[in-house]
Formats: sequence, C-alpha cells, structure tokens
Amino acid sequence: MERNLMKGNEALAEAAIRAGCKCFFGYPITPQTEVAAYLAKNMPKNGGVFLQAESEIAAINMVLGAASAGVRTMTSSSSPGISLKSEGVSYIAGCDLPCVIINVQRGGPGLGGIQPSQSDYWQATKALGHGDYQLLVYAPCSVQEMVDKVTLAFDMADKYRMPAMILADGLLGQMMEPVTFPEKKTEFEPKPWATNGHGGKRDHNITNSLYLVPEELENSIKSRYERYEVIKANLTEAELYLTEDADIVVAAYGASARVAKSAVNHARAEGIKAGLFRPITLWPFPVKEINEAAKNAKAFLDVEMSMGQMIEDVKLSLNCSKPVEFFGRTGGVIPSPAEVLEQIKILAEKY
Amino acid sequence: MSDKFGKITIVTGHYGSGKTNFTANLAIKAAKSGEKVTVVDLDTVNPYFRSADFGGLFENNGVTLITPMYANTNLDIPALSFDIGGIFKEGGRIIIDVGGDDAGAYALGRYKKELSAYSDSLEMIYVINMYRYLTETPEEAAEFMLEIESASRMKCTGIVNNSNLGEETTAETVEKSVSYAEKVSALTGLPLLCTVDTTGGQAKVPSPFEAVIYVKKPWEK
Repeated sequence: MERNLMKGNEALAEAAIRAGCKCFFGYPITPQTEVAAYLAKNMPKNGGVFLQAESEIAAINMVLGAASAGVRTMTSSSSPGISLKSEGVSYIAGCDLPCVIINVQRGGPGLGGIQPSQSDYWQATKALGHGDYQLLVYAPCSVQEMVDKVTLAFDMADKYRMPAMILADGLLGQMMEPVTFPEKKTEFEPKPWATNGHGGKRDHNITNSLYLVPEELENSIKSRYERYEVIKANLTEAELYLTEDADIVVAAYGASARVAKSAVNHARAEGIKAGLFRPITLWPFPVKEINEAAKNAKAFLDVEMSMGQMIEDVKLSLNCSKPVEFFGRTGGVIPSPAEVLEQIKILAEKY
Repeated sequence: MSDKFGKITIVTGHYGSGKTNFTANLAIKAAKSGEKVTVVDLDTVNPYFRSADFGGLFENNGVTLITPMYANTNLDIPALSFDIGGIFKEGGRIIIDVGGDDAGAYALGRYKKELSAYSDSLEMIYVINMYRYLTETPEEAAEFMLEIESASRMKCTGIVNNSNLGEETTAETVEKSVSYAEKVSALTGLPLLCTVDTTGGQAKVPSPFEAVIYVKKPWEK
C-alpha cells in the first residue's frame, strides 16, 4: 500500500474527495484553512465544486442545498465558525439531509485562540443548534483515522439521512503522519428522496423543516429518534487499550487520547496498572464499551483539553459504578504525558 | 558537515517538507562546531510546528532565534517587524526558515532588496520530500520550485532531499528517494546538496546529512 506523509487537514480533504464529495462550501479560519486550500486546488480536478462562501452561514446553507439535491457535500471550519453554522445544521437535521461537517477545534469561548482545544464537545454532542436532534460525531486521534472516519461519516450520513461531524482539533489538523487512502468511491446508493429534478415522471420531492401542524412535527421527530435508537445500538466505537486488568482507566478522545496513551505506557513501566478508554464515536457515546473497560477498574481519570465536558457522559455511562476524576488543560494548552502520569499516580495512591 | 552550506542559508519548500527540522539541525550542528548562529523564523503562514517553537532548544545550544512579533501567541497576524539588514550586520551564520509554499515565500520577497546586497554569501535551499502530495514526482517538485521562486522573486541555488515518512521512516525510505532527488536536480539544474538521514546513519545514500528529529508531537516528548 502506498504511504503518504500528510497533514491532518490535507488528509481530511483528500478523504472527502475519495468518498465522493462533490461540493465543498467553506470559509477560511485557522487552524483548518488547509482543508479549504487543498480542496480549492483539487476539487475541480476531480469534477467537483469548491466554493469559498461569503460567510460560514452562507456556506452551511449551500451545503443544505447540495445535500437536498442528493449530492455528497461537506463544509469545514473551526470553533467560532462552527457556532455560526449552527442554525444551518439544525435546518439540515430538520430536513433529514446527509452531509459532513468538520470542526478542527481551537480555543474558546468567543474568538478564543488559534491553538488546539476540545472545548466544543458539548456543542457537538448536545447542542449544535436548536431543536430535538443529534449529529453523528466521530473523534479521530490520528491522521489515518481522520481519513477512515471521513469515509465512514459520508456513508453513515447517507444511510441515516443525518449530518455527521468529524470533531478534530488544531493539533490533529496541523500535525503530519503517514497515511494510506482508500480507492475513490464510485458507486452510491440511490437517493429517491433527493430534489434533483424528475422531468415530470414522478411527484416532486420536498425537503423541509417547517411543519404547520404540531402533531406532524412531533411525529417527524419521533421517527428520527427511532432511527437514533438503531444508531445507538449499532454505531458505537471505542478503543480499549490495556483495560482488561487496569486499576486506573484514563478516558480521553482525539489528541488528548494520544497524550493519555503515552502516560498509560509510562505508568505501566512504573508498575501501575493503567489503561485507556478512547471513544471514537462521541455521539452515540460507547456506553457498552466503557462499561467493558470498567470491569476491573478502581477509578477513572477523564482527560480533556477543556474544563471537563465529556466527563459528564463518562459519569452517566458508568452510572456511578466507579469514581471519576478529572484532569484538563484548556485555552489552547496541550496536557503533557508527564502531567497525566502524575494524575494517574495520585489516583493509584488514592484508590 | 554543515560546511557545505553558506554564510546565509534561506530554507524554502512545500508545507511539511521538513524545513523547520532541517533548519534546527543545521543551526545546532553549526553552533556545536563553535559558530555564531542566528535562526530567523520567517513563517507568516502557519502558527503550528515552526522554528519559533524551539526557543528553549536553540537557547540551550547557543543559537539566537528571531521570530515574528506575534509568533506563538493567539494573534494570527502575519506581521514581520524585524530589520533583516541589521541582523546581517551582526555577522555569523544566518539561517532563514521560510513559510511553506509560494504563500510563505511571498514574505521573503519583501526582503529581496536587503538580501541582494549579500548575494555572494547567500544560498536559497529548496527542501523536497517525495512522500508529500504535490511534490511526489520529480516533475511536480521542479514545477513547485518555480512557484516559490516566483513568489519570493529570488532563485533557488541548491536542493536538500528530506524525503521521509515521519515516524515510519526507515533506511529504505530514504534510499528509495535518491533517484527522485537526482531527477529533481537534473530538471532544475541545481546541485543536490545532501540527503537527510534521520535513521542514525543507516541509510546508504550519497552526501548524507545526519539529522535528529526535533519537530515532535506532544506525546512523543
């Protein structure tokens, strides 16, 4: 297999082209601008459209239009830009349209900073826009996994007719690692619901999020939530690393998980039985998998580049069966393996 | 080893070709051999993985580091405040780490006038990596150099083969790239100055430049 040295942002973009993305709409923002720059160069060569919109809000509504026409479409941004897109994402969810949204997180709130952060966990998994709905959220931790999850996100978004997000961060977007890409996808499932013209041969399709009768809106939401149950039962994904006999299990995703894994290895070298639970899907959260990881654990250490957001899902999923403590750095500061190791040691003493 | 490089070395290339890691190696080697060395971080494009990240390393090795005013802050402002003429007057060896691609090379163009006064002792290196997209073939790499030259309004004078696959780099990875680098050299008419080897001298290549990997991810530190 041919290996390429790619920056995370470039890999996200190339993976989208190979997944059959035909329309990209975006607006530049550090630290994700290479996604747009790569697609500006390469989309036209692959028979697709790259368009730099006048704003993030315009870009997400262009995604809504392209998705409605049945085209594989994507937008990408970083934290403040994702906030701007939130209204459009809610409309896309309300219209049951598939698309992929990339968030290469940076520090917040407000304009925050340009260094990596994971402080949009709540936004991605709980509240990216108004209304009763969810996004599929994938949290890769390597450049290769970014490629794999973009590919999967397009397929799952189509299958379940919903927006899917890749929740990355500035470190994953900017760092370079060797990757292998899949072959370019050429066969797609038909989308009989798409509003792509019918030449008078059938009734016209409508994509819409406005319901005049409350009961009809309620029914549409309920049927969406039935789909969510199928997703929860089938799509959860997590990596369990040395958890089988672990006393202390570190829970971390994305770049934090890479730091945490390094700390776990150091802890093992010092004779502490540490392990790592790394959710790959953040919604649906891997409840079954975390409880598997908790089997022999005495305590959990949740590590994030935020003030503690995922920790709520960790606690809910464990349902108070284990103590959960927190360590985080925020504002664009990346925790070091030594800092995490220090926390593991404290927990190993305490429990 | 570093003697083959001139008094003033300008390091250009594609994003991710390894300019910063090469700059750090060149600088530290020269400093260790007793030279007075100044590294100028001229990257106005990318706020991540750049020479300005190595302040401590350079300081420990006696290398002077000059960075843009807002490097390593949250201000994404590509402002260059330093007086390059003044830096040159200080003397010693000067290595200028330029931002990636033509986008990074534009910043260099701003100093064309000052730099031309030193044209006798100045070299402009083009760093290549055959494992990077857009420079995977010798033709692409040669074409790409023209974009950098056009943006900087300056001419490259030599090629550094820094072909690598990050942490997966083996002696074979490096050896396989030599014929590629020689073709780039033939296409551009520029000398192939060296092939960077980060495998601890295992790669059997002509003109090896043994280098350490300084540019690391937080979990590798």
